[in-house]
Amino acid sequence: MKKQKKSRKAVSFPAIKTQMAYHALMLPSCILLILFSYIPMFGIVMAFQNFTPAKGIFGSEWVGMNNFIRLFTMDNIQQVLFNTLYIAISKIVLDIVVPVTFALMLNEVKNRFFVRSVQTITYLPYFLSWVIMAGVFVEILSPSGGLVNNILGFFGIDPIFFLGDKKWFPNVMIITDTWKNFGFSAIVYLAALTSVDQSLYEAARVDGANYMQQMFHITLPGIKGIVILMTVLSIGGILDAGFDQIFNMYNPIVYETGDVLDTFVYRLGIKDMAFSLSTAVSLVKSIVSLILIVISYKLAEKFAGYKIF
Amino acid sequence: MLKKNKKHMETGTKVHVSWQRKLFNVFNIVFLTAISALCLLPLIHVLALSFSSPFAASSGQVGLFPVDFTLEAYKYVVRNADFWRAFGVTLLRLAIAVPLTLIIIFITAYPLSKNEQKFKGRKFYTVFFMIPMLFGGGLVPEYMTYMKYGLIGNIWALILPGLVPISSVILLMNFMRDLPAELEEAASIDGAGPVKRLFYVILPLTVPAIATVALFAIVGHWNSWFDGILYMNHPDQYPLQSYLQTSILTYDSRTLTQKDVALMQTVSDQTSRAAQIFVATVPVLIVYPFFQKHFTKGLVMGSVKG
Repeated sequence: MKKQKKSRKAVSFPAIKTQMAYHALMLPSCILLILFSYIPMFGIVMAFQNFTPAKGIFGSEWVGMNNFIRLFTMDNIQQVLFNTLYIAISKIVLDIVVPVTFALMLNEVKNRFFVRSVQTITYLPYFLSWVIMAGVFVEILSPSGGLVNNILGFFGIDPIFFLGDKKWFPNVMIITDTWKNFGFSAIVYLAALTSVDQSLYEAARVDGANYMQQMFHITLPGIKGIVILMTVLSIGGILDAGFDQIFNMYNPIVYETGDVLDTFVYRLGIKDMAFSLSTAVSLVKSIVSLILIVISYKLAEKFAGYKIF
Repeated sequence: MLKKNKKHMETGTKVHVSWQRKLFNVFNIVFLTAISALCLLPLIHVLALSFSSPFAASSGQVGLFPVDFTLEAYKYVVRNADFWRAFGVTLLRLAIAVPLTLIIIFITAYPLSKNEQKFKGRKFYTVFFMIPMLFGGGLVPEYMTYMKYGLIGNIWALILPGLVPISSVILLMNFMRDLPAELEEAASIDGAGPVKRLFYVILPLTVPAIATVALFAIVGHWNSWFDGILYMNHPDQYPLQSYLQTSILTYDSRTLTQKDVALMQTVSDQTSRAAQIFVATVPVLIVYPFFQKHFTKGLVMGSVKG
């Protein structure tokens, strides 16, 4: 390293200036990250304390792993963990299967105007907040006079209380989430589909391959890489069941099946003021996610040559 | 199947479309149209509700068109001072946060788009940026820290923590990497320093990616509600989505029983809720097509190429 520097000494002055400029450009974001991401991380020590705001982090007594022991012996933690995994995994699976299928179908349409219109409409819901969407879904899923139950009533089905029924609630979360996101998720797959070499199709047609054969031998292999990549990258979100969505739609009646880690952390930490316990849950969640993300990114790098930075 | 296709080949270059294929095309178009309708119908239904009379709304007569057309719900929203104060808070938040965020993303993405040889220390920065992506303090520690900073009840609590959206930095960084290096080299030979190059050479070329991250920043700030509820002391300081969260959702997400729902249906604020939902959606509907042109390009170029 040193040798290199010496040999380049003649050009080093503007080079140093450039380096300094680069560092200066990085400075504002680094300061912000320190203040708003790194410093709060030290608050994690609360998980090992019996924290009270009056005594602060430095004055609260240390309790070792007690919070974690309490956490894992809480009687509803297993249920919360199960709910989280059930909802999150179902969302991950559907958020790949549905957009890929949708993109494949849309790719078969030759009319550009139709394609663009469908795209514009289907990724609109992605940009609306869960507060708004929860308002919409509470309205249309209402057991008395909601649009969906009216339609079901037309077929002679009794009204279903979708958001107040333990069996329905998690599935409604999965379906409405897919509804909101599939159009947006399809963007990358559509882009991958349009970048498949068109001459391959011509060659296949000349060789007499039918549409299904073209699909299985050209189209699907063409998007295989991106599908694997997206799948791998979504593994890190396995404990994220969707706080914004569930918080805005759940209610005590469906806690049993609808309460997930993030809503649990919120209720513990903010409503019940169990600061240390809540932080312990966050920490466990962060560590599990961290491990999964690191593994999935390593896999992505290995199999898809993907690097985030 | 194969025989048939051979026949096609013999008839020349023009590809004949089999009847199965035609059937599939029709089915496909119908299906995709239905999917699109499924995305829009809930929103149209709420829009129709907002223009309907409370009675028509509560008795479930409203489908996709207003019944007993009335503007009462909108008159209520216009008169609702709380709604507009919250609207103002959100606009203020956007006016401060979006330009700042874009500047930060832009100046941060540029050095990171250089490789290790051109930017010594890049590796350190990538690790430094990776860690917050992977790991966070969690709800309570963050709240306690911001409280120490004196940010609770201050609009900056809604702005400062989100000023470095790392995924947007990565998106713009990838986009910048794909730009032809010759342009910058030419400018460099002409004596332009890195900052000058950044604003005169790079900036005009990255418009699609900037439009994309701008859309994310605008929509993100417009839609975020939880930070408002968490960090603002008083409902007077709530941004619009936090206000809506407490005013249109709280009634049923806390103490809901089947009876309450039935009761709520007879109270006429159903249509006013619908109107508020719609008014809060309009700005997104306005911003969205404006950015959409650049958006797909920026997103795909920035994210897929690693």
